[in-house]
Amino acid sequence: MLKRTPLYNAHLAMGARMVEFGGWEMPVQYRGIIEEHHAARNRAGLFDISHMGRFMVRGPHAEGFLQHMVTCNVAAIPLGHAGYGLLCRPHGGIVDDVFIYHLPDEFMVVVNAANRAKDWEWFQQHATGFDVEIEDRSERWAMLALQGPQAEHLLAGAEDSTTAEIGSLPFHGVAMTTLFGQNALIARTGYTGEDGFEIFFEAAHAERFWYGLLALGDNAVQACGLGARDSLRFEACLALYGHEIDETINPYEARLGWVVKLDKGDFIGRDALQAIEQAGVSRRLVGFEMVGKGIARGGYQVHRVTGEPVGFVTSGMPSPTLGRPLGMAYVPTDLSSEGSEFDVMVRERPVRARVVKMPFYKPRYKR
Amino acid sequence: MAYNTPADLRYSKTHEWVRQEGDEVVIGITDYAQHALGDVVYIELPAVGSTITAGEPFGVVESVKASSDLYAPLSGEVVAVNTDLESDQAPINNDPYGAGWMLRVRPSGASEELLDAAAYAAFVAEIEQ
Repeated sequence: MLKRTPLYNAHLAMGARMVEFGGWEMPVQYRGIIEEHHAARNRAGLFDISHMGRFMVRGPHAEGFLQHMVTCNVAAIPLGHAGYGLLCRPHGGIVDDVFIYHLPDEFMVVVNAANRAKDWEWFQQHATGFDVEIEDRSERWAMLALQGPQAEHLLAGAEDSTTAEIGSLPFHGVAMTTLFGQNALIARTGYTGEDGFEIFFEAAHAERFWYGLLALGDNAVQACGLGARDSLRFEACLALYGHEIDETINPYEARLGWVVKLDKGDFIGRDALQAIEQAGVSRRLVGFEMVGKGIARGGYQVHRVTGEPVGFVTSGMPSPTLGRPLGMAYVPTDLSSEGSEFDVMVRERPVRARVVKMPFYKPRYKR
Repeated sequence: MAYNTPADLRYSKTHEWVRQEGDEVVIGITDYAQHALGDVVYIELPAVGSTITAGEPFGVVESVKASSDLYAPLSGEVVAVNTDLESDQAPINNDPYGAGWMLRVRPSGASEELLDAAAYAAFVAEIEQ
């Protein structure tokens, strides 16, 4: 039985096409991926992301426990701010990528939907010896993302709300607000490469928030499904677990070395990551464009132009904003500089591809 | 969800349609198929003069989300290809039974089991369950 978010009925009522994603029955699109994609890039899009996991970590050792679990420096995340981090295995492979929100008296860790059970288990295994309480708030709270250049303006105009000054919330800031007469945490975070907000609130109010946000600005907000969420994050080259990152990939290969703070003190995977960092990696994530005709997709093989298989595509699609097929792949480091060429095997046929700069779309965050 | 399934066509279970025109047939994908794919942004079709084989892939359509094979509903020789679709794929979504046609084929006998409109509509309703 697939799990459903509190907005399942709302998605059906809006005519969404539902698909399985990480054990969840989720909307992949309402009106069309391309239309929803452009809405988030040009105006504002609303995403139900209640399927993601929300773990609360509190107690005297909350910060120390998280420092032990993640690669980033939790002590450097000020109260009222959020930070990106990785959970790694002792050998350096990536368990998950997470966002950590520093709230009064506790931290909230937002994890990927498909990894909820695994991450919960990983946290429980390592909590021994820490005076810490971990609570799974995933069911009790819903989570929406309002993304796009008009998100700030629209949210500021919400009725029965204290969001008039939401413009002063900094990038990655998080604040307690009232929205539509209810308490809500609002963070200036997202997964689209646009300015925007992620909103957390009691699941019982999910439809009030969903329809209330869609109605902002005289129905200026477009409901967006997982299809547009994927194409938006792809253009901004934001990693998707199971594609660019997984337990067989280390942060340096994924170009996420900036998330690994080796000098912050000990944490799970630190020794292995330090060794990897010193030795250097043999493969690296690259962005590429197609030179020949064809569209690369996740899982396709990468060959040297001489025919030798050397890597694989992690994500690929025709970019709605740039109007041409692009992809990301793991390739040997000697093929990872801009302008390097290799072949992507598209239905058993080699199609030439060329390394280009990442991200494909320069994020427009408000900093 | 109700899909357009014109009564004068026959349909394959892989969601291609076939229209008899004299001793040739015209082939495309159904309204259900275009809806399931989403906006088509790329297509690969065989060349005029090539042969297609019932049940085998004859081309590919790609949307933002996915790549899907096109399966030949029958065997035969390709006598015309809708090359307009190479530069503009919108008709596949907007007019799948008209301007979105893909191939004109001279059948050579072998055919997949093809459904009439009512049977295909029932088949799609079953999938949608």
